[in-house]
Amino acid sequence: MSKDTQFDSWEVFMQSRPGANFIHQGSVHASDKKMAIQNARDTYSRRGEGTSIWVVPSNAIAASTTEDADMLFDPANDKIFRLPTFYTMPEGAKHI
Amino acid sequence: MTQQEALFQYTLRLGDTSLIHAQRLSEWCSNGPILEEDLALTNFALDFIGRSQVLLTYAGALEGKGRTDDMLAYRRNERQYFNCLLAELPNGDFGVTMVRLLFLAAFEKELFTALQNSEDETLAALAKKTLKEVRYHLEHAADWVIRLGNGTEESHARVQKAVNELWMFTGDMFDMDETDKLLIAADIAVDLSTIKTKWDNYISGVLEAANLQQPTSSYMQSGSKNAIHTEYLGHLLGEMQYLQLAYPYAKW
Repeated sequence: MSKDTQFDSWEVFMQSRPGANFIHQGSVHASDKKMAIQNARDTYSRRGEGTSIWVVPSNAIAASTTEDADMLFDPANDKIFRLPTFYTMPEGAKHI
Repeated sequence: MTQQEALFQYTLRLGDTSLIHAQRLSEWCSNGPILEEDLALTNFALDFIGRSQVLLTYAGALEGKGRTDDMLAYRRNERQYFNCLLAELPNGDFGVTMVRLLFLAAFEKELFTALQNSEDETLAALAKKTLKEVRYHLEHAADWVIRLGNGTEESHARVQKAVNELWMFTGDMFDMDETDKLLIAADIAVDLSTIKTKWDNYISGVLEAANLQQPTSSYMQSGSKNAIHTEYLGHLLGEMQYLQLAYPYAKW
């Protein structure tokens, strides 16, 4: 097997304005935290969007597998009473 | 020389250095060591082009002969260019490009910090705006030089070679002539002797952190203030100006 010459992979999250959620943008390669932030800035914030950047080593993220998708998500789909639209609005309740 | 003529010359120097450095960095497009660095280098090139556009437009206005930024960029030969020598030197390997950026950005940081207080409002405003990007360029370059210096045996040897080879071109940035003296007296230009010590201290610090030897040779190549360049500038302009020379007034 050939040796991997790439730097480590980092996931990039950016905040578009103060107080907003950090949204996943993609990933970059970098050898350390500081380089990861600089590379994230140059790759995903080239036109000035954003107020803050998070970078996280990709291998620090715990991810569910696609095989588990049925187990994790399906049970919710066939129980319509889990959804707010299942319930009729009481008459006279205006501000719900 | 009138003050207006001196200011034209001064602005041209700043604009030319920015433009020629931009052209060099843009040569990295699609050749960067990794995708992220490719984007960073071409991003920097765009910063420098933006800066040169403002400066060359202003220079054209000061000259008052109706020359636009494009005319100044594409219709002058190397003996009419006043960029500092460092900016025109070939990219070499990635280490050379980073050391060149380090030397230039460290100079620009001090220059534009001081230029914020210029009596010339346009230059003062540009300096203020430019400092933000210069800070980023400098940090990026310094981080890389430190990383390469402390990296492998090969990266250390290469970046040390880059420092040794570029060193003799650093003095040219600080050369001053009548243009500078006239404008310093009017509180427009920066007295470069005052920022030299700061540059020296900063660069010594980075080289030390990078475990690199500062060259001891004191010979400095000068010439850019008189538009005397290395053999590399002509070739660079040949490529940069090709389209306008082959198809004058071409637009797209």
